[in-house]
Amino acid sequence: MNIHEYQGKEILRKYGVAVPNGKVAFSPDEAVKVAKELGSNVTVVKAQIHAGGRGKAGGVKIAKNLDEVRTYAKELIGKILVTHQTGPEGKEVKRLYIEEGSDIQKEYYLSLVLDRATSRVTMMGSEEGGMDIEEVAESHPEKIFKEVVDPVVGLTGFQARRMAFNMNIPANLVGKAVKLMLGLYQAFIDKDASIVEINPLVITGQGDVLALDAKFNFDANALYRHKDIVELRDFDEEDPKEIEASKYDLSYISLDGNIGCMVNGAGLAMATMDTISYYGGSPANFLDVGGGATAEKVTEAFKIILSDPQVKGIFVNIFGGIMKCNIIAEGVVTAAKEIGLAVPLVVRLEGTNVELGKEILNASGLNIVAADSMADGAQKIVGLVG
Amino acid sequence: MAVFINKDTKVIVQGITGETALFHTKQMLDYGTKIVAGVTPGKGGLEIEGVPVFNTVAEAVAATGATTSVIYVPAPFAADAILEAVDAELELTICITEHIPVLDMVKVKRYMEGKKTRLVGPNCPGVITADECKIGIMPGYIHTKGHVGVVSRSGTLTYEAVHQLTQAGIGQTTAVGIGGDPVNGTNFIDVLEAFNNDPETYAVVMIGEIGGTAEEEAAEWIKANMTKPVVGFIGGQTAPPGKRMGHAGAIISGGKGTAAEKIKAMNAAGIEVAETPSVIGDTLIKVIKEKGLYEKCKTH
Repeated sequence: MNIHEYQGKEILRKYGVAVPNGKVAFSPDEAVKVAKELGSNVTVVKAQIHAGGRGKAGGVKIAKNLDEVRTYAKELIGKILVTHQTGPEGKEVKRLYIEEGSDIQKEYYLSLVLDRATSRVTMMGSEEGGMDIEEVAESHPEKIFKEVVDPVVGLTGFQARRMAFNMNIPANLVGKAVKLMLGLYQAFIDKDASIVEINPLVITGQGDVLALDAKFNFDANALYRHKDIVELRDFDEEDPKEIEASKYDLSYISLDGNIGCMVNGAGLAMATMDTISYYGGSPANFLDVGGGATAEKVTEAFKIILSDPQVKGIFVNIFGGIMKCNIIAEGVVTAAKEIGLAVPLVVRLEGTNVELGKEILNASGLNIVAADSMADGAQKIVGLVG
Repeated sequence: MAVFINKDTKVIVQGITGETALFHTKQMLDYGTKIVAGVTPGKGGLEIEGVPVFNTVAEAVAATGATTSVIYVPAPFAADAILEAVDAELELTICITEHIPVLDMVKVKRYMEGKKTRLVGPNCPGVITADECKIGIMPGYIHTKGHVGVVSRSGTLTYEAVHQLTQAGIGQTTAVGIGGDPVNGTNFIDVLEAFNNDPETYAVVMIGEIGGTAEEEAAEWIKANMTKPVVGFIGGQTAPPGKRMGHAGAIISGGKGTAAEKIKAMNAAGIEVAETPSVIGDTLIKVIKEKGLYEKCKTH
């Protein structure tokens, strides 16, 4: 789960990470009100969307007076911001972060991420902060420093110091940088984050070390123990079908094609999409119903697929292990009867309770095309959708 | 012979009184697995499907001499269940549970350093040695005894591959689902090494998916060490790049992790990669024919 920059900075403040003063605003009037309260010479108006690359896309404006704050706020609210991380459809700006300007002397990069290769949380830092950090990582990997954290002791003082010196943070500011890093690590662990990224981390003319941006991503599997984080979720940033799916613990991702897919297991779901594409079709979604799904969940999953007007046909591909085929069959039949089935449906069932599942489908009287294998099913649905 | 488990393996079911565990305990018993004990704290003294239930893993081990456990404990308590299995010095624990918080697994992995227990999973279908011992949630009937080892990050894709092999008359030694979580116990290389050392295994099917660099590392290991043919498949070749925030994920993976990168690394290691998941079986058959192993692998 992602959150906005202003929410991330609220968390950082609680952990003693220095961030500039600022507040969220939902309208130009509010933006001006916040700027007045801040009373700084320069005010930054920042579009709040769940994607990076906002600066390059024109989503960050520097205002020298309150009139400019209003002008920029008017310009940004309601604007569709297209950055290299939003996809071509972009994202509508509905919230702004109004922040006091900082006298930036130098920009750095700092992040914490789980490294799958070492199974450890790893801190990464670089002197080359700002917009092109991925390029730096590719062309000058030696400029990205890493500290691998032992979960028993956490991020240690010496590691944070070593990182600060490696990043060439001026010696008189290393103490402040270390405090920031230790706070950042504690926030990461306490809140079960999977990524925290500060880009840029800056040093200012006043001798402060500040987090000028904050990107948080949280482990969805740990949200059950972080009610405070769950409350930060912004439904405007998510696809309505994905929101609906998440209510039923279904893993659903909207895609551009016209063949709806319902599959159990993420690997098989991806492989099913691969197979549909191989035979010239185009999947409308990724949907993993998971292992513990009930017939009700399957019904909801089916409804979500059918709610997509692009869907011209559905392929259900189930290889039951923990998921029982009869549960899938019951769910499919219930949904199809409840909302009617106007598009072709191809079903391939295999695995646990497969015979029971097939009986339920046969007895339903629904117009279901049975498939013997994934390839057979993919070819049939591609043919039917045309 | 096979790897990790066989007909003599004595198994404890952790969380045996849960609904899913009950269903699969019965399935495992029907398959012939030697389930000798169950563990649910507070339910010690019960008997389920003829299996005695204990309050702790240590008690269950002391009473039965079990060496292996399978974990069906709900996600918030699953990491603790793994720690308990490690503390009881089991040889092997297989964690089926999905959705365990990743930082819990980071701690588990650290705790396991230097300990004797092997962990398979979490978020995996389990391990099965055909006709001998089934530990997990995979449908037993698709497996046949034979000479091909299967290792996979994806549960249902493992079934798909095994099913294709069986239908083509190619039996399996052991199928190991290592699970799809970012932090897991046994990795591809551990299983490949076991198959390489197993005289009954003549060839291996390795199934990966996008994300992480486990397949790339396995490919390098195969190139340097593997004496048996390996064929592969990578799921997610047409998956669109996810919407993302920030750069840290891309930097830590160093540009690796895409299907194209993985397939390239596998091809470079001499691994034939199936173009679609439907031809995993056919791809293996083609390769074992080329190597003159087909007759030896065919189930008679």
